[in-house]
This record gives sequence, structure tokens and C-alpha cells, in this order.
Amino acid sequence: MIEQVDLTMVNWARATFALTAMYHWIFVPLTLGLSFICAFFESIYVKTGNEQWKKLTRFWMTLFGINFAIGVATGIILEFEFGTNWSNYSWMVGDIFGVPLAIEGIAAFFLEATFFAVMFFGWNRVSKRAHLFSTWMVAVGSNLSAVWILVANGWMQYPIGMKFNPDLARFEMVDFLAIATSPVAISHFVHVTSAAFLYASLFVVAVSSWYLLRKRHLQFAKRSLTVACTFGLLASLFVAFTGDEHAYHAANVQPMKLAAMEGLYDGEAPAGLVAAGLLNFSKKPGDEEDPFIFEVKIPMVLSLLANRDINSFVPGINDLVYGNTAENIMGVEEKMVRGKLAVAGLGDYKTAKKSGDQLAAGKALTLFEQNSDYLGYGYLDYAEQAVPYVPLIFYSFRVMVGLGTFFILLFMVYLYLLYKDQLEKQALLLKIGVSSFLLGLVAHEAGWIVTEVGRQPWAIQDLLPVTVARSNLDAGTVEVTFFMFLILFTALLIAELKIMAKQISIGPEGD
Amino acid sequence: MFGSLDWSTLQQLWWFITTLVGSLFVFLTFVQGGQTLLSTLSLTEDEKVLVVNSLGRKWELTFTTLVMFGGALFAAFPLFYATSFGGAYWVWILILFTFIIQAVSYEYRRKPDNFLGKGVYDAFLFVNGSVGILLIGAAVGTFFTGSNFTLNDYNLVQWQHTLRGLEAAFSFFNLSFGLFLVFLARTLGALYLANNLDHDTLVAKLKNSSFNNLLCALPFLLYVLINLIMMDGYAVNPADGTVAMEANKYLHNLLELPITLFLLLAGLVLVVFGVVLNRFTLSVRGIWPAGLGTVLTCLAVFFLAGYNNTAFYPSKVDLNSSLTIYNASSSHYTLTVMAYVALLVPFVLGYIVWFWRQMDSKKLTLEELNADKKSY
Repeated sequence: MIEQVDLTMVNWARATFALTAMYHWIFVPLTLGLSFICAFFESIYVKTGNEQWKKLTRFWMTLFGINFAIGVATGIILEFEFGTNWSNYSWMVGDIFGVPLAIEGIAAFFLEATFFAVMFFGWNRVSKRAHLFSTWMVAVGSNLSAVWILVANGWMQYPIGMKFNPDLARFEMVDFLAIATSPVAISHFVHVTSAAFLYASLFVVAVSSWYLLRKRHLQFAKRSLTVACTFGLLASLFVAFTGDEHAYHAANVQPMKLAAMEGLYDGEAPAGLVAAGLLNFSKKPGDEEDPFIFEVKIPMVLSLLANRDINSFVPGINDLVYGNTAENIMGVEEKMVRGKLAVAGLGDYKTAKKSGDQLAAGKALTLFEQNSDYLGYGYLDYAEQAVPYVPLIFYSFRVMVGLGTFFILLFMVYLYLLYKDQLEKQALLLKIGVSSFLLGLVAHEAGWIVTEVGRQPWAIQDLLPVTVARSNLDAGTVEVTFFMFLILFTALLIAELKIMAKQISIGPEGD
Repeated sequence: MFGSLDWSTLQQLWWFITTLVGSLFVFLTFVQGGQTLLSTLSLTEDEKVLVVNSLGRKWELTFTTLVMFGGALFAAFPLFYATSFGGAYWVWILILFTFIIQAVSYEYRRKPDNFLGKGVYDAFLFVNGSVGILLIGAAVGTFFTGSNFTLNDYNLVQWQHTLRGLEAAFSFFNLSFGLFLVFLARTLGALYLANNLDHDTLVAKLKNSSFNNLLCALPFLLYVLINLIMMDGYAVNPADGTVAMEANKYLHNLLELPITLFLLLAGLVLVVFGVVLNRFTLSVRGIWPAGLGTVLTCLAVFFLAGYNNTAFYPSKVDLNSSLTIYNASSSHYTLTVMAYVALLVPFVLGYIVWFWRQMDSKKLTLEELNADKKSY
């Protein structure tokens, strides 16, 4: 199917996707969460009629708008990048993958676009209640778009509800409901959106803490903090709960990702969770080296998290690559043999169909169908290619979980001190609060690294490696685009940060 | 309901739905047209503020419709999505660039400390309205002039031209198509603004501008239409799906599908009527007939490209790699699912129209903008 694979091109295409996705994700979770926070503030205003709450709403909406624009700018490229840089992917799974993207457009983007204009410019043009409705619709629309894009992403991690059409050489959808209600997609969605609510709460915490440190807008800052910390605490608890669910699904459908998250090379029963550890970077699959220079393990916890059973076996990287007959695990090496049979079967089927040899076509098709579950493995050159880069995933996972736990504590302490009316005296805590937003961003990006780097080399888990999913472009073309995006997005990010900082320093009184 | 329709009916239905979204996008490019008027019409600072803020309340709708057009093409005609975006790479990347820079420009242009300065953001708006629309027009032109690609046995695209899509802009037909869209967008922009703003001298300028821009658009329109009638087209043999050149194919389509001829003529008359209404009467409502006319005209163009056994994305270098609405579409199941999703469209259009009317029932005035610190 693919005559020559230019790995450099694939790497530039991956880098471009990582770049655009990571830039996009600086802004999107803020949109998802801040839209709800604005809706909360405005609801209080409409209920109480207190103009102070309106002022507060409008201030946070200004910051929302600045952020929203750049979120939109970085978002359009992601949709079209599937076509430009991953055109083979777009054809091979477009029958399935295009659908959630189209639904996202029709069900969510128009809500956002229509009601965003009302929310910003409709204060004197529509009734108070119609305005409040619009603000809520912006929040609903943003979060609905997250539903559908995460359904699409969830399907890439756990492809279900489709079959391969050998005549057209593509996967076709056979069960939309299975895809839309995939447990992986749902756990993905709830984890990501609750993390976005947390992130937006941290944003409010950071800005409000800065005001408290500067002794400015005290009443305003405390009001904002009360709402945001309550929202943030609930969100952060939910993030922990859904994160556990998310890991459980990974254990079941992407065991290699879980093994990489844990730096687990040889499977164990029961398996312990590495609470902290220093990885041995020279460790390779199949060698005799110790994976860790040192580690602190909590016994049995990984078995419990992965399988809901404290004595269960959790496979390691070596089990998955080389197989483990005792645990009935087929290794990548064997999957590659079967995958190559599937690839050859498909090729023979195509040739036989062309020459009109029905008998040969039938035989080739049978061979393909017997092995089609391993199709993607047929494109790997060696078994260790199926192992993602362990250190990046191991450390990213720990950064994410560590920060997630810290945020729960932070919100609790903030709420307690707000309740005691002691917060503004805690300069050190407020400084931590100011920096917490950046930590939130780090946690988010780390989470995406675990999810996306953790599933390498797959564009579609087990079925389509990135080396096949790419477009037929030369590396230089994609490289040029990478730098175009890097320069443009960096310039826009600087603009956004400067504008945002200026608006924050002007503050609500200047509203 | 939809599941009982046969595959080819669903494919035709989806060509209609997708191209309707595309046609609505062309109508909504009044935003892009307005952006180019900003720097080419001699406007005072106050007038500029009015124009930017009026457009700034609508740009997202245009942007979203473009994204929706892309999404609908991906879902309904994934082979087009894969072939064109992955193949005609540079033309799409440049189009996308002009939309990225548009998305921040309204919000950032007048904010203090905006890093690049107001002039740069205004230039971004101009580039989006001119280069962006020109390239979109050139890309659509290739629906008739063809592109340089082949598909292998696995339907994967190999582009055969080093310019990766930019070569489309070197065809006079495609270029004319693009320039026609640029001037049409400017015409629509002037019509929309004249209806939305409360400012006598500015409205008078806009009324003139819509007429002048239509005059500029006409030669390109005529060139495109005459060529369409005269040119050979990419005809599909319905029996075996092979593609061959047919003399006057698009003329045949016009005659064999009278609805297309009707849409084209009615559309063009409505556009002219809208402009004449604004130019020669006191009315400022020309945007509505002209907008409807734009949608009808675009539909006619898309129908000519896709219906009546025509390859809508033809390959010049390998006729049988050409895409038709039948070989490029999603499966029967997916088109059925999407048809149910499309039932949302009237509902979405409904709330857009409702809130558009709510927001635009009062015309935009300078007093309102000066009182609002959030104005663009």
C-alpha cells in the first residue's frame, strides 16, 4: 500500500500536529471552563439584580473573548490538518471519523458563533433573560463541541463499530451508537472537560490572587474566588475520579500505554503502582537491565486500578512485545506475522480483482479477513516499534497526577481561608495561587502527552500506524509549514498574553 | 426514514446539503468583502469603526460555516477531503492561514498592548478578504478545469505537480473565478453594511460601492460563464463509472437539468436586482435579494459540477482518478446517519435567523459604539 515510508516526513507531520494541538490546548480548556464561570456569575446577577455582579461578569467575559478568538484561530487548522498532513488517514477512516467532526460543526459551533455575538454585543439589544440564555448557550455549545471531538479521539484510541471494505480500502461505519457511546470516549470526555473546569478555575484564582496581593479590587476578587474555588474543587475531585476510570479503560484497550505510564517491563501479579521513581534511560525492551534507578512502589495498587482486582496480572512491555503464553498474551512479533498476512491478502485480493480471477480473489479475501484485526501490525518493521517512548509518558503521567492532587488541596485551603476571611493576609499562598494557572497548563499538556504519545505508533489503535496514515508529501514541505505555524502561533500567543495582562491590570473598574 | 433511500439518492442528497452549506458560505463572505472595503474605500476613522464593528458581529458565522463546509465534505465525501487537502496542499494551507489571522484580528485590533499594532491586524483582515477568497475561488475553479493527481489502487492520492495546488491560480479561468468571488464579496459587503449601519454619508458611499464592485465583477463573471458553456467537461459513463472528456459538457448539463439553468438565471437576476435597488432607490435592503441570488447562483455552479454524471473533482492527468459524487462518498450507512443529523439544520438556521433579527433590529450607531468599551 505504501511503497516508501519517509520517516522524517512522518515526524514533521507529528510535530506539526503536536504543535497545533498543544497551542490550541492552551486556550480551549479556558474557553470550556470560563464559559460556565461567566454563566454562573451572570445567573447570580440576574437573580440578585446586583450591578456589582454584572460588572464582574463583564470583566471575566472580556478575558473570555480575548482567549476565545485565539482558540478559534488555532482550532480551524486542526480540522483541516487531518486532510493536509494525514490524507491517507482521512480516506481510510473518513467514513467514520468525519461524522463526529461534522456533528461538532452543526450541533456545537453554530451555537457558539451565534450566541457569542449576542453575549458580547447584546447587553442592550436583547432582554436580560435572553442575554443570560445566550451566555449559557455559549457554555453549552463549547462543551458540546468537546463531546464530539473527544468521541472522534476516543474512537482513534478504541476503534469500534466499523468494518473494513476491501474494495475501497477503507474502514466503514456500521454502528454509530456504539461509537458515540463508547466507554472510552465517555470517560475521555468527562475527564477532559472536568479538567478544563479546573483549569479555568485556576485562571480565576490566579487573576484574583494577583489583585489580593496588590490590594486592589478586594471585594471583586473574593467574590470571584468564592465561585471559582467551589467550582474548581468539585471539578478537581471529579478529575481524580474520572482519571481513575480513564486509566482503567487504558488498561483494557491500550495495555501498552498503561505499561509505559508505569515503566512496567515485566508483568506482575499482583502489580504495584510506582508512586515515585527515577527511570533508567538505557533500559530497552527485552534486555536484562533494571528499568529504575530507584522507585517507590505501593503494592497491589496497579492491579486494583487496572483490573479492579488486587491480585490480578498486569502485563508489562516485554509481555506485550514478545508474548506471554502463561497469561495468554499474544506478542507484537506474532501480531506482525498475522498483520503481514492481512496486508498481503489485501494486495492479492486487489490484484486478483483487477485480473478478474474470482477464485483467487475469494481466497485472498479469506486470508485478509482471518488476520484483519492485526492489519496495522503488518506495517511495522520490528516488534519494538510498538513501544512508545517510555520516559516521556512515565514522567508526564506523574506530573499530571501530582499536580491534580495539589490542586485539590489548593482549592480546599483557599475556600477555608475565604470562609475565615483570612486569605488576603497569606502572601505566600497568594503567590502560589498566581502561579497555579501555569501549573494547570502543565498538567493539561502532560495529560495529552500521556494520551497521544502513549498510543504511538498508532493513528488508529492496532489498525493504522502513523507511517501509513500520513499524506504523500515530502518532509521539506511539512517542515516549512511547521515553522510557519510556530512563528504565527507564537506571535499570536504573545499578543494574547500582552492584551490579557493589560486588561487584567486595567481591572474591572475600568470596565 | 432515510435508511430506505438507495445509496445514489443519498449521495445526490448529500451533494445538495454540502453545496448548500458552501453556497451559504459564499453569501456570508460579505464579511470578507467588507474587510477589503475597509482599506480601499476612503473612510473616516469613525466610519471605519462602524464598518469593523458591524462585520465583527458576523465574522464568526462565516468562519463557522466554512468549518462546517469542511466538516460536511469530510463526512459525506471523504475521498475529496483526502485528495484535495492532502494533494493541493499549499493552496489549502494558505487559505487556512488567511483565516487564522482573521480570527484574532477583530478582537485584538484596538485592544491596548496588542503587540503587532492595529495596522497589522487590519492588514490581516484585508489579506483574508482578498487572498483568502481569491484562492477559494481558484480552488473551486478546479472543479471544472481539473487538477493534477492520480489515485492508486487503494484510493490514496499522489499529486503530480510540484506547486501542490498553487498551480490552480495560473489558470485564467480559475483566476477569474476567484476574482469574481472577491468582487462579489465586496458587493455583498457593501450591501450588508448599508443595511446594518445608521450613518448617512457612509451609507451613501456603500450604496455606490456595491454598484461599482458589481461592475468590476461582471467581466470575470462573463468570462467564467462563457467558458463554462464552451469548455469540454469531465463526463462519467454511468454504466461503468469511467470518465471521458465531452465537448460542451456543462452546456449539456444546463440544458439537461433545467432547474440548474433556472437557479443560475434567477440567482444572477436577484444579485443585480439587489444592487440596483440599493443604488437607484432609497432602499437599503438590497442585501436580501442579492444574498438569496448568491446562494442560488452558487448552487447552480455546484450542481453543474456534480450532477448529471459529471466528475466534480476531475483529474487532468488521469481521467479515471477523477472524483464523482458516487466514488468519493461515504458509505450508505454513514450517509444515512448524517441525513438524520442534517435534520438539525432547520433548527440551527431557525435560531440563527431569530437572534440575527433580534440583534440587528436596531441599526448600529456611532453613539452606541463609543459608549461600549468592548467595541472593536
